[in-house]
Amino acid sequence: MMRRLKVLVAKPGLDGHDRGAKVVAMALRDAGMEVIYTGLRQSADEVVKAALQEDVDVIGLSILSGAHMRICEKVLNLMKEKGIDEKPVFVGGIIPAEDALELKKMGIFEVFGPGTPLKAIVDSIKGAIDK
Amino acid sequence: MSEGLSYANQLAISRTLTRIENDRSVAREIIGSLEERDYHVVGITGSPGAGKSTLTDRLALLSSKEKRTAIIAIDPSSPFTGGAFLGDRIRMKRSTKSEEIFVRSMASRGKVGGLSPSIYDAVEFLGRSGFDRIFVETVGAGQSETDIENLADVVLLVLAPGMGDDVQTMKAGIMEIGDIFAVNKMDLPGASQLAAKTEAILEMSGRKLPIVLTNSINGQGVEELHSLIEKALEELDSSGAIEEKRRRRTLYNNLNSVYQIIMEDFSENAKLEELMNYLLENRRLSDES
Repeated sequence: MMRRLKVLVAKPGLDGHDRGAKVVAMALRDAGMEVIYTGLRQSADEVVKAALQEDVDVIGLSILSGAHMRICEKVLNLMKEKGIDEKPVFVGGIIPAEDALELKKMGIFEVFGPGTPLKAIVDSIKGAIDK
Repeated sequence: MSEGLSYANQLAISRTLTRIENDRSVAREIIGSLEERDYHVVGITGSPGAGKSTLTDRLALLSSKEKRTAIIAIDPSSPFTGGAFLGDRIRMKRSTKSEEIFVRSMASRGKVGGLSPSIYDAVEFLGRSGFDRIFVETVGAGQSETDIENLADVVLLVLAPGMGDDVQTMKAGIMEIGDIFAVNKMDLPGASQLAAKTEAILEMSGRKLPIVLTNSINGQGVEELHSLIEKALEELDSSGAIEEKRRRRTLYNNLNSVYQIIMEDFSENAKLEELMNYLLENRRLSDES
């Protein structure tokens, strides 16, 4: 039957730069996924609630504010609390390499920095679901 | 309702909706296992960018003070890749923050007419799960997305000024549906003229329907719109006309399922050709008589 990957693309935190998130969202759409885009300045609570109500397969967070450690920790904790911590979380943004390692230890599935080819993001998300 | 929707409950509803969306026969089973229940469906339609999502957001919030409220917002799937960009939540800041409202986005998945293939089942499931008021926002409607008429008890048509001259309001299709009209963006030039023209056009086809000027950004006119919707639903209930609406919804749900069964399971089946030939032949017979 009809099975479509559903992806939440969210921008938690206070930076107002959503071009990257939108470009990724369009790329995922063009790869045949159903993308839910929730707009700027979402709290961790709102992001997790959207993931829960929409029952997405994958969550993508775009963070350029530098607050990625704190935001990701909060999102992952809330996901656990609400019983949806099986969903893989991807992060894109300006993330220093050592932070990226920490994030992955924390439970983030993959971290994408500037210059990542869109195809790499699409493939990584598909790979996470096929597992 | 006052206690809010628990997260556990929301999670169960959300996961079940996914199963309903992905498998029609599972959907039938799930719905069949739940007791029938009375609920109301409010359809919201109109052209892209008219302000449907923002209005739906405000209306749902007002409704949630008294009723258990859910929103299903539909956006189009690409006919080429099957992908979709579902952006209605962006405009629904109030409802998505509320603990009382369940908001779900759906892609149209190849269905023309402004809805989505599993919308009837999704709505019936939410109704049987305890929601009293279900708002369904269609894809941005062009001129022929009129399926919402078969699903909703009351249809709100959202118009906005600046989208063409009065020839547009004379065309068949979208202007022929709708029980209540909202002329949104009332602060823009041309809004009151659009309301007047709409009234005149409706009058010519013998329809007298409420037309409300609204501003979905600051909320002007939305309370009036809300009470008109409530009044329309109460009238349906008290006159018994709601039964006809429900019968129609079930009929179209079944037609929709039959169509999908044919398209998905029988499109290559020889029996189907036989059945089609039979139907065509008999239609010819009845045409002749």
